[in-house]
Amino acid sequence: MTRSEGVPAFVDHLFRRTAGQMVSTLTRILGTRHLDLAEDVVQEALIRALEQWPFRGIPENPTAWLIEVAKNRALDRLRRDASLASKRDDLLAAFPAVTAAGFEPAYPFQTHWLRDDQLAMMFLCCHPEIPEESRVALTLKTVGGFSVKEIARAFLSDEAAVAQRIVRAKRQIRERAIDLGVPVGAALLDRLDSVLGVLYLMFNEGYLSRGSGSGEDSHAPGLIREDVCNEALRLGLLLASYGATDLPKVHALLALFYFHSSRFASRVSAEGDLVALADQDRAKWDRSRIEQGLLHLTASAEGDEESDYHLEAAIASAHAVAADVASTDWGYITTLYESLFQRKATPVVALNRAIAIGYGRGPEAGLAALREIELHPSLANYYLLFASQAHFCELLSFRSEAAELYRAALACECAPAERRLLERRLDRVYPSSSAIPEKNL
Amino acid sequence: MLLLHESADAAKHFGSLSPEDMQAMIARYKDWRTGVGGTGEKLIDGTGRVMKGPSSKVVVKDGPYAESKEVIGGFFIVEARDYDHAVELCRDCPHLEFGTIEIRQVDKV
Repeated sequence: MTRSEGVPAFVDHLFRRTAGQMVSTLTRILGTRHLDLAEDVVQEALIRALEQWPFRGIPENPTAWLIEVAKNRALDRLRRDASLASKRDDLLAAFPAVTAAGFEPAYPFQTHWLRDDQLAMMFLCCHPEIPEESRVALTLKTVGGFSVKEIARAFLSDEAAVAQRIVRAKRQIRERAIDLGVPVGAALLDRLDSVLGVLYLMFNEGYLSRGSGSGEDSHAPGLIREDVCNEALRLGLLLASYGATDLPKVHALLALFYFHSSRFASRVSAEGDLVALADQDRAKWDRSRIEQGLLHLTASAEGDEESDYHLEAAIASAHAVAADVASTDWGYITTLYESLFQRKATPVVALNRAIAIGYGRGPEAGLAALREIELHPSLANYYLLFASQAHFCELLSFRSEAAELYRAALACECAPAERRLLERRLDRVYPSSSAIPEKNL
Repeated sequence: MLLLHESADAAKHFGSLSPEDMQAMIARYKDWRTGVGGTGEKLIDGTGRVMKGPSSKVVVKDGPYAESKEVIGGFFIVEARDYDHAVELCRDCPHLEFGTIEIRQVDKV
């Protein structure tokens, strides 16, 4: 069972999971003022593992090994800090003892306090007094166990910026003496919305595929981003497993996550290029995720509140069960977007609604719907607006208009993979070998 | 309902739903949706107190929408790089109808 040829990839996930659980429990025991200390001792255990495991092999129970090392480091720190001396007993009680035969063979992962500690940590990270822009990063770091480097890679941000956000958040926790604990009653429902919002944003960050796709480490960012999506999913499942947060809108959010993540394998080609929905090999869609999505969608269809997450999940479900673009229930999708637009009238929702209209009622209707929103400043440089218009023009065989619009899209900012997709589309309507002169924009 | 709490890994062992099963689940959702009036959010509760909507706290500028992102072909947050930028964009267009809701949300936070 042990290997010595180096630390394999699954270790990353193990580290993350263990780190997240440990930091949550240690923070409960030591207090939120000592979040840094909790992270430090866990980090030290991971470093020690990376130093030793390649040579000695991975232990029989790697999790127990990590926990034991982190616990001992924590005890060391407690000895040196008089103010923490009283925590020693709690610390020892929280973690399993090492038996005479070595490490305990099975570490109880699913015990309630492990889950509850992580839930409490989630609520802490999404506390209203934590700066909004820090919440996703803080959650990924402390509950998710992601490193700053991994978070920066997932967000295509730089490490210093991510580190800064986390530092700022922790400062707030200390200065405002924010406590750890899952809220109850009305406060819980109130705070839950913030948590769900953070999970939604987290998933959305992971869902992005801004890979360069030109050999520049294009797959590594993709994998990290899938991990971030899966973390949002995992945390959502934690919420659903806890009585007070086992609520319809939590299931709606989970359904949404499952449906979208079911397409991971088909969204990006081997070359790192983006694959449009119409061209995706639906046989590669993860059936078990789609099924889980449908189960959660069903669980969400309770009570009398259809939240934004419900609507988005329902939209996603229509795609998930369709055999292809043509047989997708675009009429249903359009009505869902109408409802969503009434609640959340953002340009992006409007854009997606217009596209659904185009597919449901025909390209001309789509163009008309797009015309209604094209003047909104936040869409002025949104290449997807031009690309959508170009697409419908193309469907109507308005080739020169389509070409002009694809060029306008290319003039906007977009990632290399997106650029290549647009260029391929442009070439389709306006092969570069053609003798037709370019129109002035 | 126990199955819902299983991890994503456990889902792999789940039995396959037939296309009919899947359509039935979609239909069930549609029925429920119609039942709650299709417009969603109950704004006033039983005592006449106005309830906050689910999106009143976190301003979301973008989302994993398949239509624009996968139908047309692209996955990119362009609209706002971060919260500050998002606020800036909204402040530039107070006269446009769908700018206002976002501004109200930002103010609430």
